[in-house]
Amino acid sequence: MSEASITEGDLQAYADGRLPEGRRAAVEAWLAARPDEAERIAAYRRLASEVRAAYDNLIAEPVPERLARAAAPRMPVRRVAAVVAWIVLGIAIGAPLGWQLRPGRMLAQPALDTSLIARRAAVAHATYSPEVRHPVEVGAEDEQHLITWLSKRLGTKVKAPKLDEAGMGLVGGRLLPGENGPVALFMYQNQNGRRLTLYVRTEATRNRETAFRYARENNVGVFYWIDREVGYALASADLSKDELLKLANLVYKQLEQ
Amino acid sequence: MDEAKRLVELIPRLRRYARALVGDRTTADDLVQDTLERAWAKLHLYRRGTDLRAWLFTVMHNVHVNRIRATRPVDPLEDDMPELAQPQRGPDTLLVRDLDRAIALLPADQRAVLLLVTLEEMSYDEVARTLGIPIGTVMSRLSRAREKLRAMMAGQPTGAKLKVVK
Repeated sequence: MSEASITEGDLQAYADGRLPEGRRAAVEAWLAARPDEAERIAAYRRLASEVRAAYDNLIAEPVPERLARAAAPRMPVRRVAAVVAWIVLGIAIGAPLGWQLRPGRMLAQPALDTSLIARRAAVAHATYSPEVRHPVEVGAEDEQHLITWLSKRLGTKVKAPKLDEAGMGLVGGRLLPGENGPVALFMYQNQNGRRLTLYVRTEATRNRETAFRYARENNVGVFYWIDREVGYALASADLSKDELLKLANLVYKQLEQ
Repeated sequence: MDEAKRLVELIPRLRRYARALVGDRTTADDLVQDTLERAWAKLHLYRRGTDLRAWLFTVMHNVHVNRIRATRPVDPLEDDMPELAQPQRGPDTLLVRDLDRAIALLPADQRAVLLLVTLEEMSYDEVARTLGIPIGTVMSRLSRAREKLRAMMAGQPTGAKLKVVK
């Protein structure tokens, strides 16, 4: 067999132990003459067994109740239970949300433009969060530079809240065009690569405050609020409403100071 | 009902794949649950006597893609773009030594192929059918995924030394 006929596909199949005997011998001869390639393919084999070892414990684990139920044949009762569950969840989410409102705080009704910030933030999140190569203009390693730059462009003091206690690290930020001028965007990311976008703009109407509001644009959940001259929206497609609310509280607390 | 029994038997494998695919337990079980719900709704489309496992993994793939589509579109340049020689700055390029984290950093398309081949030990043909892609694409994604994983686990910046042997 000609050596030139060994393809990358053959090497992958060899790493997976899926070559018929004759072909396997040809690949082995080919690799014997190429130590670098032999090492590469050996590393693939090692990694494959490490990957299997890393997740195999899930095979032996007992199946969680909710999954066993989902696999069982359909019963109409479940629908009723689902509706009840949603109502309970609605109360559970709604109640703590209500407690976020500060007593005596003047709550503006959402004007038309208020929900626009949620929409804009969701679009910005959907645009930049999948970005692998250039998620931000200025990275977190130049945080001071980033903050100074964005504050100058927005004409107000902007800061990037620390969300490390929630497992979110700053990736960096960028400047965006908004309806009335420049907008600042901060991107955060946790260990699993889940991303969070903080969208910050200056408001045309000053001295207005709103409570947290929640909106959903396609798959992107957004908590947004206005605090005096600045409007904030915290958006993520990767986090649950609960997680997002916790983060919104964390952001709010830090920005208030 | 035969399918119901088989469905239950396959849950641990769905969980294992989902866990490696999405990176955390709760999201993985959410994905499995949605997959099972969807499988029940679509069971009339399953042709008896064919491979239920492959069908179920196709259902899971579709559910997964729908869950992430609006927010995490696959990088359209992923398969064509030359790798940057310079390591990028920021958290994306922190040296990753932990296998689970390294897998999470693989592009979604490549991760699915790698896991179906490695964890499920599907044949390349089965992977192609499950994901609805040509077998050539399966092979190139597998090759790229492995090389990236190897580079990450070796603590090298991805792509810096990537040279695919054709």
